Amino acid sequence: MPAFLLVTVMTAFRVLARNRLRAGLTMLGIVIGVGAVIAMVGIGEGAKAAVRRQIASMGTNIIVILPGSTTVGGVHGGQGAAVTLTVSDALELKKKVPLLTDTAWAKRDAMQFVHGNKNWNGAVNGISPSYLTIRDWSYTSGGPITQADLESAANVALVGQTVVDNLYEPGEEPVGTIIRIKNMPFRVVGVLAPKGQSAQGSDQDDIIFVPFTTAERKLFGSKFLGSVGALFASTERPDELPEAVEAIREVLRVRHRIQPDQPDDFTIRTQVDIGQVREGMSQTLTVMLFAIASISLLVGGIGIMNILLVSVTERTREIGVRMAVGAKRRHILAQFLIEAMTLSLVGGLLGIVFGIVGAQAMTVLAGWPTIVSPQSILVAFLFSVAVGLFFGLYPANKASRLNPIDALRYE
Amino acid sequence: MGALISCQDVWKIYRLGDVEVQALRGVSLDIQRGEFLAVMGASGSGKTTLMNILGCLDQPTRGQYWLDGRDITQARPDDLAEIRNRDIGFVFQNFGLIPRTSALENAQLPLFYRGLPLREQRERATAALARVGLTGREHHYPAQLSGGQQQRVAIARALVAAPALLLADEPTGNLDTQSSREIMDVLERLNREDALTIVLVTHEAEIAAYAGRQIVIADGRILSDRLKRS
Repeated sequence: MPAFLLVTVMTAFRVLARNRLRAGLTMLGIVIGVGAVIAMVGIGEGAKAAVRRQIASMGTNIIVILPGSTTVGGVHGGQGAAVTLTVSDALELKKKVPLLTDTAWAKRDAMQFVHGNKNWNGAVNGISPSYLTIRDWSYTSGGPITQADLESAANVALVGQTVVDNLYEPGEEPVGTIIRIKNMPFRVVGVLAPKGQSAQGSDQDDIIFVPFTTAERKLFGSKFLGSVGALFASTERPDELPEAVEAIREVLRVRHRIQPDQPDDFTIRTQVDIGQVREGMSQTLTVMLFAIASISLLVGGIGIMNILLVSVTERTREIGVRMAVGAKRRHILAQFLIEAMTLSLVGGLLGIVFGIVGAQAMTVLAGWPTIVSPQSILVAFLFSVAVGLFFGLYPANKASRLNPIDALRYE
Repeated sequence: MGALISCQDVWKIYRLGDVEVQALRGVSLDIQRGEFLAVMGASGSGKTTLMNILGCLDQPTRGQYWLDGRDITQARPDDLAEIRNRDIGFVFQNFGLIPRTSALENAQLPLFYRGLPLREQRERATAALARVGLTGREHHYPAQLSGGQQQRVAIARALVAAPALLLADEPTGNLDTQSSREIMDVLERLNREDALTIVLVTHEAEIAAYAGRQIVIADGRILSDRLKRS
C-alpha cells in the first residue's frame, strides 16, 4: 500500500510537470480562492486585534458621553451648539451613580506650540486629573497633572511622544522645560508613554494635556466656563457597563430637564459599542470574502474536473494497459483521485503562499494590520484537498469504469 | 496435471442494437504447458476475441474456459484482474508502454499492482530486462528506445510476474523485418529455455512459422489445428 501511494503520487507530479502551463491554468481558481481567504482573514483578524488593542489602550470599562445627539449613521450632531455637558454634570454623576469608579472631563482644540526654535501644530486637550487614570495613561518621565494644578489653573503640560519627537532634540529631557502654547509659557511636568495608532488610524501620541481650567480660561477663550467637550466615566467591571449607562442617562435627563418624549441631548458610548461596530464591519468583510473564495474554489474545482476528463481521454490506452496487467477498478480510481488532489493541493499551497504575501503587502502598502492565523491556513489546506477529491471523483470514476478491451483498442 | 488452458464450446455473442454478432461459435481448444501456439486468421475472424477470452479480459457468453484448473466463467472483474496480474503476460502490437516512464518502471508495472515492496519490484524488473537483453537501458524512456527495444521492454513486463501464459497480439505488427526477427527470437528462446507457454495471434505466415502449433480461425470457428513438422 505505501509503495502504491508513493509511486502514484510521484506519477501524479510527473503528469503535472509534463504540462506545466496547463496545470498552472487549471490551478488558478484554487490559488485565487485560497489566497483570497488567507489574505482577507488576515486583514479581518488584524482589524479585530487592532480594535482589541485600541480598547485595551483606551482603558476597559470606559463610558464616553458626548454632547448632542447622534443622527442616523452615527454622525454626531451639534457639538458646541449649546451648553449641554458640564463639569458639574460630571461631579453629579460621580455622586449619584455609585457603580462609577470615577468620572472625568475634557475639551480639546487645535493650536500651535513652540519650543526653542521648533514648532508643531496639534491638539491640546484640557483635562481633569481623573482623565489620566480613567484613560490609563502612564509616563516615561515626570508625573501627572494634579488636582492642585486643576484648582489653580496652573500652566503645566503633559506631552505625548510624537510632540516630543518634533519639538525636542533626541536625548533632550522635556520635563522641566518651557513650551509656549498660544504664546503662553507652560512648564512640562511629564512625558506620556506611547500608545501608538488608534483603531481609527490617528496618532494617539500627537497630544498635549493641560489642566481643564487652564485650557478653558486661558487657551480656548470659552464663553461658557464649565462646558466640556466630552465626559468620561468608568466602572469596575465590563458587565456593569449597561447598568451604569442607564443610570447615567437617567441622571443627565433629569439634570438637563429633558421631557419624557424628548430625545437625549447627549450620546453615551462604551468601548463595547465601538468594538461591535468594527466587528460588524469585519463580519461583512468576512462574508464577502467567503463568497469570493467559494466561487473561486468552485471555478477551480470545475477546472480540475475538466482537465482530468481530458487526461483520462488522452490516456485511455494507458488505462487499458494498466488494467490488462492487473489494475483493479479501485487502483485506477485511486490513481486519478490522487492526481486530482495533487493538482488541488499544489494550487492550495501556492494560494497559501500568495495569501500570506498578499496580507503582508496590505500591511506594508495600505497600513492595514494583518494577522495570518494558522487555523485559516489549515482550513484552506483541507479545503484544497476536499475540492480535489470532490471534483476528481467523476473523472476518476469514469476512468475506472473503462472496459479494458475497448480502452486498449482506443486510437 | 491437466492442460494449462481448456476451452469447451466457447461462444461469444455481441449485441449491437438489434443485430447479433457471433464472434466465436463453439470453439474448443486445449493448450498444454510449454506449447508455442500461433492463432492465424483474417480480420474479423474472431482471433482477437479468442485472445481476449484466453487473456481473461473478457468472458464467454456460453461455454467454459478453464485456466490452470480454474473455471474462469465464474470469476468477477476483480478476480479476472488478479488472474491477469499473476498468470498472464500481455504483449501488444503497439507495445503499450507508458510514456515518459523508464523501462524499469514499465517492466515493474504488474508487480506494482501486486503490492510488492519497491526494492523487490526493481530487482525482478531488472532481471526481466536482462532476460530480454536490455541490461543497461533500465532508465531509458520509451522515446529513447527503438521499436524492437520497446517491444522487448513489453516482453520483460509480461515476464516479470512469472506468469503461466504469455499472450502476444501481433507483436511484430509495428516492427521492421530485422526487429521482428529479433522479437520472435526472444519469444522462441523463452519458450525453449523457460518452457513459457506462448499464444501468438498473427496474420503473417512467416511469424506463425516460429510456433510449434498453428490454429487457423475463420468465422468464429477453428478451421484447422496443425503441429509444425520439424
